Amino acid sequence: MSEPVAIIEEEVLPPSKGLFQERWDILKRNRMAYASFWFLMFLLALAFLGKLLTRYIVIFDPKIVRLSEKFLPPLTPFTSLITPKEDAPTFGIYFFGTDELGRDVFARMLEGTSVSLSVGFVAVGIMLTVGIIFGGIAGYYGRVKLGFVTVDTIVMRFVDIMLCFPTFFLILTVVALLPPSIYNIMIVIGLTSWMGTARFVRAEFLSLREQDFVAAARSQAIPEWRIIFIHMVPNAIAPVLVSATLGVASAILTESALSFLGFGVQPPDATWGNILSDGKNFLFDAPWLTFIPGFTILLVVLAFNLCGEGLREAFNPKLKTTT
Amino acid sequence: MVNFILRNIWQRIILLIFISIISHAIVHLAPGEPALVDPSNPRMKPEDIARIRAAFHLDEPLHIQYAYWVRDLFTGELKSFKDNQPVMEKIWERFLNSLPLFLIATMVTWCLAFPVGIRAAIHRDSTFDRSSTFISYALISIPGFFLSYLVIIFMVKTFNVPVLGMRTFGLEGASFLFQSMDRIWHLTIPALMSAIAGTAVLSRYVRSQMLEVIHQDYMRTARAKGLPEDQVIYRHGLRNALLPFITMFGLTIPGLIGGSVIFEQIFSWPGMGRLGYEAILARDFPIILTLNFMTAVLVLVGTLVSDILYAVVDPRIKF
Repeated sequence: MSEPVAIIEEEVLPPSKGLFQERWDILKRNRMAYASFWFLMFLLALAFLGKLLTRYIVIFDPKIVRLSEKFLPPLTPFTSLITPKEDAPTFGIYFFGTDELGRDVFARMLEGTSVSLSVGFVAVGIMLTVGIIFGGIAGYYGRVKLGFVTVDTIVMRFVDIMLCFPTFFLILTVVALLPPSIYNIMIVIGLTSWMGTARFVRAEFLSLREQDFVAAARSQAIPEWRIIFIHMVPNAIAPVLVSATLGVASAILTESALSFLGFGVQPPDATWGNILSDGKNFLFDAPWLTFIPGFTILLVVLAFNLCGEGLREAFNPKLKTTT
Repeated sequence: MVNFILRNIWQRIILLIFISIISHAIVHLAPGEPALVDPSNPRMKPEDIARIRAAFHLDEPLHIQYAYWVRDLFTGELKSFKDNQPVMEKIWERFLNSLPLFLIATMVTWCLAFPVGIRAAIHRDSTFDRSSTFISYALISIPGFFLSYLVIIFMVKTFNVPVLGMRTFGLEGASFLFQSMDRIWHLTIPALMSAIAGTAVLSRYVRSQMLEVIHQDYMRTARAKGLPEDQVIYRHGLRNALLPFITMFGLTIPGLIGGSVIFEQIFSWPGMGRLGYEAILARDFPIILTLNFMTAVLVLVGTLVSDILYAVVDPRIKF
């Protein structure tokens, strides 16, 4: 009598995937974004490698000056008799040529990779920290009254005030008045770009704070900072991740624009921005000094932008994996 | 409606006061001051520095300096530290130079971005869509000054036209036609260059707005009624997609001052951005502060106008 119930294939749910696994599959479908992602990973590895090589191996040293070797075009083999042998460039060839002081542009670009990326990442790190803290406060404690105004009003008015400053002008003012240093540039770029993140985080928090898991966490008397940072922030991370990726792109561009005006990272530190703005003085004699860093910045910033847009589409809740 | 506008103006005035206080504090608290611009000048004796500081009220407490600045600003007495010229006159002169650049750049931006964005959205995933997407990302990603240099070289080598400055030196005696042609040549390239990034960003926004609208139910209804496709897209679709751009238009106005530093510097265009840059280099506090203040006023007026327009255009918004 009792027949085993036949299991119908279609009714079995596919094994549930984690949020990131699911989104990752969507990102993979966007070929350009996926390729940009791996390009950026490669670049990150290159930056670390470049940092190590330029620091510890002498022939990679980007600061060696060889005045007899200046303005050599790219791919010139090292044949000089004047320059000592131990100052020869990497593999005995100037991949990207030399600049006005005879420094190896390849080694400088390699060093610039880590400096430029760290300017981008540290600036974005500051931007995210400030943005999450302000957005979190406005979202979580928004209804608390201080006197006659709510916390939300105070924080969001402050965001409005910050948005009223012309960003680049403000950065320029502060960087020009402060002593020039790479840390000041990172901090200033970070402190003038957090407003978007704060708005996103606040918007996410407004819906998150009404949800059951937050009520459950509160009922267990978990401290509020823990609820905010351990329970709520990971759930609001998607828009933050997107704005972080786009933020690195714009930080690299801002740094190069500052370098152009002479307020960027100061020599002897090499960044793509200051190699480019130094190179522009020799645009006709040595065009590679302009084109190599220029197209590098274009390529890398493009990769960050495409990757960020890919992430934005992947985290769009309207798009679900149909398979 | 009147109530809404009055309340908005009131809120913005309060914001403006805070902004001016904060920017005053930033500029004055940062290290470096006018007397220290040229520390190696042997003719600058300590008593000279003291005299300069006293003349510019730099020894007073901050809030008194702020009061002086506000009083001078509104009585029109504000003088530049550098050359003792009235600040408002200097800014007005530069404003007249910046205005044509800004107007043409804005016109190019809006006239190019909309057709491109709409077409990309209608023919989604077509070759046009893909290539315009890629090109706009590339244009956002390229450093503005790098692209400008490439274009300058290209233009000068190929067409042999002047691009730097506002006019060719020594053409003052030429006929009116010749002079205006010269002016237009000088204006074209900087305006195009400063329009490029804006065009790329705006066309992306237009595209995503149109995509949002195209799948709405009322679009299907309009098609089901048998309306011609053009009418569906431009009457039913575009009108709804346009709403957020009212806000964006308000936000482009401050670009008049802040957005153009780099381009005015490259093309040696004597506009407001460059005035600000020069003032920063010379620690010319009154000019920096006044420019900052005017930008803030422009932002606030821009958002106010767009809020009001929004309410006028969108009948769903009630007060």
